[in-house]
Amino acid sequence: MTSTIAVTWVDACAADEIDEEDVIRFDHAGRTFAIFRSPDDAYFATDGLCTHEKVHLADGLVMDNIIECPKHNGRFDYRTGAAKGAPVCVDLKTYPVRIEKGRVLIGLD
Amino acid sequence: MADPTRRDYSLIGLDSRLAVERGLATAEWYKCPVDRKTMKELMKRSDGPAIRDTLLWFAFLAASGFGGWWFWGTWWAVPFFIVYGVLYGSASDSRWHECGHGTAFKTRWMNDVVYHIACFMILREPTVWRWSHTRHHTDTIIVGRDPEIGVQRPPNIFGILIQLFAIKSTWATFKKLCIHATGRLTAEEKTFIPESEQHKVYGVARIYLAIFAAVAVWCFAIGSILPAMFIGLPTFYGCFMGVFFGLTQHAGLDEDVLDHRLNSRTVYMNPVFRFLYLNMNYHVEHHMFPMVPYHALPRLHEVIKADCPKPYSSCWDAYKEIIPALLRQRREPGWYVKRPLPGHVEPLGAPPPGLVAAE
Ligand code: FES
Repeated sequence: MTSTIAVTWVDACAADEIDEEDVIRFDHAGRTFAIFRSPDDAYFATDGLCTHEKVHLADGLVMDNIIECPKHNGRFDYRTGAAKGAPVCVDLKTYPVRIEKGRVLIGLD
Repeated sequence: MADPTRRDYSLIGLDSRLAVERGLATAEWYKCPVDRKTMKELMKRSDGPAIRDTLLWFAFLAASGFGGWWFWGTWWAVPFFIVYGVLYGSASDSRWHECGHGTAFKTRWMNDVVYHIACFMILREPTVWRWSHTRHHTDTIIVGRDPEIGVQRPPNIFGILIQLFAIKSTWATFKKLCIHATGRLTAEEKTFIPESEQHKVYGVARIYLAIFAAVAVWCFAIGSILPAMFIGLPTFYGCFMGVFFGLTQHAGLDEDVLDHRLNSRTVYMNPVFRFLYLNMNYHVEHHMFPMVPYHALPRLHEVIKADCPKPYSSCWDAYKEIIPALLRQRREPGWYVKRPLPGHVEPLGAPPPGLVAAE
């Protein structure tokens, strides 16, 4: 049996507010997220804080599909949230994203 | 009973607990304002500068090593081995450091290869030091939290002098290699190396010990220390420049402040020193923005220097302050050099009671 989790779509920002191969911070309802635009113009969203020491990833560096944390240079694949090695050992939570009328919406559970 | 004038620099003692209670652990640090566009430019990675500097490093190692081998048995070998030793035992410090941050090269595997080579040269176990340096960046010069406080108060001047030849660090590392090779960690190491990473420590310790045993056997077999002059001994006889550079980073400055401008130094150095040290003389900049690769640190310095204390004009300028400061801290461990901030900002964090700033 498959269970479906209800997702609430939240308007985060304009699509062109994020440069290609970059990230911005989005705060909503007491939570913080990072929204990414990849070099091939796809959008992704993850939790906003590094799983190592709760630093905002939006201050980090996006290189291809990787976000590098500004504090200790830990790396994640922002498409999947996968931690790519020390000092980050715990994956990031990811969220679905869709683009509607030039706006970036992220799906929150 | 514990001496109340001495602080506990261990990671499992009283000051460690106090640092957490006082909000100094994993805290928010002051950052000079830099707009995102400029910062993105500065953080940009490239392989070019590090490939150039690594090829030069290996070329100089090979050339000086060849000279040492060629002239072995004569006094002419001495200058060649001094150069070889500094490249091996001192330049490896900054290579270890930059590649450990993953910023020297853009390509990850290049960082990893040079990281492991440099770690072996300077005799720093790769996994242990990756994690201890992570903590050093989280809690820079926070007593009881930072495992890399090079000069503790009151300073041990004799210890610093023998460290010019890596005696203290190598002795400590060899003891730890023996512990790690048997599949154990010290209690302090367990505080900063996560369990999932601990197994890596044991394997590398066994490899290091095997290499040193092989070199020792080789030396005995041919009746000469020549092989050890290339592998192993340069960690000792070539370490002094690394210590000379390293002392400028934090020695004599404040502890337990959440502002790198107060506990780190930026020192202007000549191009040869900057090649050996990979621009780590821009130490305030590096600590505040560790994402910026070494080759972009001079540019970052230009961007933030108006918001930082005046940099030291030379190593001499820095040591004019460091040597008297350390001697004074022998008598007054609470004394420290207070770096003047550009006026409009107050440092984060509160100094521990009883500490006195320099006027
Ligand atoms: S806080 Fe992100 S890698 Fe340490």
